[in-house]
Amino acid sequence: MLIGHRTWLFTNKPVIASTGVVGGPFEARGNIPNDFDILHDDTWLKQDSFEKAQQILMEEACQVAVKKLSMDKEQVQFFISGDLINQITPTNFAAKTIGIPYFGLFSACATSMESLALSAFIINNNGANYILSGTASHNSAAERQFRYPTEYGGQKPPTAQWTATGAGCALIAKEGKGPVITSATIGKVVDMGITDPFNMGGAMAPAAVDTITTHLKEKNVDPSYYDYIITGDLAHIGREISLDLLQKNGINVTAEQYVDCGLILYREGQPVLAGGSGPASSAIVTYGHFINLLKKGEINRILVVATGALHSPLSVNQGDSIPCIAHAVSIESGSGSS
Amino acid sequence: MADKKKKNLPPEAQQYQAFQQKRETKRPLFKNCLKAFFVGGFICFIGQLITTFYIYFFNFTEQTAGNPTTATLIFLTMLATGFGIYDRIGQFAGAGTTVPVTGFGNAVIASAIEHRTEGFIMGVGSSMLKLAGPVIVYGVFSAFIVALIKTFLTKWSGF
Repeated sequence: MLIGHRTWLFTNKPVIASTGVVGGPFEARGNIPNDFDILHDDTWLKQDSFEKAQQILMEEACQVAVKKLSMDKEQVQFFISGDLINQITPTNFAAKTIGIPYFGLFSACATSMESLALSAFIINNNGANYILSGTASHNSAAERQFRYPTEYGGQKPPTAQWTATGAGCALIAKEGKGPVITSATIGKVVDMGITDPFNMGGAMAPAAVDTITTHLKEKNVDPSYYDYIITGDLAHIGREISLDLLQKNGINVTAEQYVDCGLILYREGQPVLAGGSGPASSAIVTYGHFINLLKKGEINRILVVATGALHSPLSVNQGDSIPCIAHAVSIESGSGSS
Repeated sequence: MADKKKKNLPPEAQQYQAFQQKRETKRPLFKNCLKAFFVGGFICFIGQLITTFYIYFFNFTEQTAGNPTTATLIFLTMLATGFGIYDRIGQFAGAGTTVPVTGFGNAVIASAIEHRTEGFIMGVGSSMLKLAGPVIVYGVFSAFIVALIKTFLTKWSGF
């Protein structure tokens, strides 16, 4: 059901029946190693390219999610996913392996929540019984796509971020046990003219603010309705900017309540500069860490706002600014959850 | 150019950029300069040791020892890049590891390793100079201009 201009209310409450979370060695040494289902100690995953390694990460996350429900993957109607690499090929190949009907998305690091919002919408309207929704990223593959060769010794500024290696996948079901998806707000492209691709947090912060403000207004709730408002990968700089902007707009989000996946994923002292990023950042932390907290009953309501920078290396070289987007999905502990 | 671009932005974006700039972590310029000075200086010190080594143990002179020294430094860079050490030093040292010839070597070797997955022709062959290419293009071009100037000066002024 549409409320306001761009918020969906899911009255049938689609369920996050299970999740699959996979990470790399750098994530294993991070802040939340216990929230992963599989951790790899090699970034190559025995493949001959990093893109293939990313494909394996995605496949594993999906397999874990399906296996946890001890069901057959043939029962899943759709796989909705995307990633950062050229024409989302790692996800395309993963979809080939998984072999279920597939929607490929691109919203950069906001893909996780774009996918979750669409999955919930389809299930809410009886378009499917089960949907696999997730995304993956690989640090070295993203470095090569957007920045320099991995072994190049250029110095990155303190505003730069570290793309997470991993994949997060949720199996959304019409009914079952688990946290439920209650609403989603679709973001619009916000571009404040930032051209520095080494300052994603600064570029994406206004998009997050726009989506959060709209979500709260259209749903007519106070920020305190949520235990946490979780941004995808704004990292230190973007988080601080967006928190200041929200408070300036008269939205009383507290600093304790406003957390960022890119900051939760890694330990203080890991060389991630401003913090973590990448599509996997929000997927891992939401489907691993926060879904676990919801299941344990430690928290009841979260709003996940995944932020994405929609530029390409070509657009940056041609001097264009960085268009950004943020999609928000609210997840609440379901009545059927243990 | 940056200023011209900024003027074309809507006032809202200009306001935001000023707002976000205040919150941006700045590059620690002085600290970076110091680090670059010492690490860069240390690389040159190693270069000097190698030069002395070639002059002392082989039949090189101060003029001819340059080439084997550069080759040795690039060889060492290749090892450091291949073992994944050079990029870590680079993040610490900044210009200190970029400016010496080792930085050029690293740019070529890192690209070669990176594009290996695309094959030897379209990968390594065509992408090896992706980062170092501009140095060669503008290096050769400016050398040509300087040579032209020198030729004209010597011809006309009779030096």
